[in-house]
Amino acid sequence: MKTYENQGNKDTRSGFGAGLTELGKTNESVVALCADLIGSLKMDEFKANHPERFFQVGIAEANMIGLAAGMTIGGKIPFTGTFANFSTGRVYDQIRQSIAYSDKNVKICASHAGLTLGEDGATHQILEDIGLMKMLPGMTVINTCDYNQTKAATIAIAKHQGPVYLRFGRPKVANFTPVDQTFEIGKALKLTEGTDVTIVATGHLVWEALEAAKSLNEKGISAEVINIHTIKPLDDKTIIDSVIKTGCIVTAEEHNILGGLGESVARVLSLHRPAPQEFVATQDTFGESGTPAQLMEKYGLNANAIINASEKVIKRK
Amino acid sequence: MPNTQQLQDLTTQVRRDILRMVHKVNSGHPGGSLGCAEFFVALYQDIMDRKDTFDMDGKDEDLFFLSNGHISPVFYSVLARSGYFLVDELNTFRLINSRLQGHPTTHEGLPGIRIASGSLGQGFSVALGAAQTKKLNGDTHLVYSLHGDGELQEGQNWEGIMYAAANNMDNIISTIDLNGQQIDGSTDDVLPMGSIRGKFEAFGWTVLDIENGNDIDAVLEGMAKAKSLTGQGKPVCVLLHTVMGNGVDFMMHTHAWHGKAPNDEQLAHGLAQNPETLGDY
Repeated sequence: MKTYENQGNKDTRSGFGAGLTELGKTNESVVALCADLIGSLKMDEFKANHPERFFQVGIAEANMIGLAAGMTIGGKIPFTGTFANFSTGRVYDQIRQSIAYSDKNVKICASHAGLTLGEDGATHQILEDIGLMKMLPGMTVINTCDYNQTKAATIAIAKHQGPVYLRFGRPKVANFTPVDQTFEIGKALKLTEGTDVTIVATGHLVWEALEAAKSLNEKGISAEVINIHTIKPLDDKTIIDSVIKTGCIVTAEEHNILGGLGESVARVLSLHRPAPQEFVATQDTFGESGTPAQLMEKYGLNANAIINASEKVIKRK
Repeated sequence: MPNTQQLQDLTTQVRRDILRMVHKVNSGHPGGSLGCAEFFVALYQDIMDRKDTFDMDGKDEDLFFLSNGHISPVFYSVLARSGYFLVDELNTFRLINSRLQGHPTTHEGLPGIRIASGSLGQGFSVALGAAQTKKLNGDTHLVYSLHGDGELQEGQNWEGIMYAAANNMDNIISTIDLNGQQIDGSTDDVLPMGSIRGKFEAFGWTVLDIENGNDIDAVLEGMAKAKSLTGQGKPVCVLLHTVMGNGVDFMMHTHAWHGKAPNDEQLAHGLAQNPETLGDY
């Protein structure tokens, strides 16, 4: 079984910051907006390098979204930065009308998504944002898994014409994807070959899925791990082809079971290749304060949860 | 440049268009549309420096954003009569498969529209974004926007209004249609807003009034004055005093025709007060 080496823990938000810094140097059209969270979003370097292309809007996310929509008129490519909660739920109608319905080329970049925001608790831990964003016609939805992939995705979305929601997080997690990767929107990445169960994971759960696959392998279970960084448009073919081989699937995400990756996968399977599916996700609940590791354990979003779900789904074949 | 008589004739024709569009589909918002006819005609026929052809980026020309999208009838009529699309297309207002949606949208590719509006309070932010890009591009043209007075009850406006002064956005002229009416009644009955002038001034804007927003000369003069105040480090706000339903006697001075279409008899009455000038579509 193919294994992956952790090159050292890093936060995905720093991958975003590094990607934005590079874009600043290579793409004159890129502008960045932030709602009083420059340090948290790692936008400091872009701001220092290009003060004329950086816009501090204050604690005013609705205005930030509208400004970004307007700035596209005349050819700019705006990247907005704030926490996932304030990037989506707080400004849903602004995104819907001024960006999505108006076909504006805005990149909504959201850090601190999900439970791993940690101690700040449920007011800040959005677990509904993937659902909110994927329901908007024309919106591309990406949830990256590590530092390197987040950096590559940040650079890639500047070349994509149309609105994008890019979701990443706060904690330092395993950095295991290639440093020089090319990021292809909508292209799932098969990380391990397997025959007994397909594990489709996104974001911080991808590394957990790899850890789970290792343990399953020791138990004689062959797991095929797929990194779904793009939830919309979903790579239907890669999922279907894998399930044809394995006959069952586990989806894993740091998001509510309602509206997330799992439901998107279930739609694809019910249309093309019905198969047993288990969902590793939060169970229609808010989060709470705690360390990221404690929360992922309590809410069942780690390698152990993926192992249990895999064993369960195999029995349902 | 058209003379006053030509602009008045066009305004009368625009009023006919508004009434006929709304009557045909028995839906739409005639009141605010009629009240803003002079403003739109002045803007598109005189005030704005605009290109003959439409492209989304709108570089090297003035831009206009409508925030209170429900007054789409006056916007569509003036866009058509300014050459953005054929006036015959006004026939399709609010019909299925039309580019003339109930509220303006870029989604159907209608020339002249740069942003969807209808859900209120978003226009300041969008117009300011476009103005910011003009500054980045070294484009000295202006951005114009129009907002309802009732719409100012939406909080997002004030985020944008605060941002504009803080960032010395002196290439924008935002006009407030002060007709004092909204769906449920007068603005004073629904939610008294106090001094709108005082609020804008406190937020760092230069404010000027156009006391008779239904007099074409007064609008031309006021908007020219507004233009002269740009480029001085502060955003410019025009308080445009209009009468909702202006030009149709039974629709004036009331919120009753905010979002209600005239019947056959009422249409005839309204058209009789606005005789055909440039030809109906």
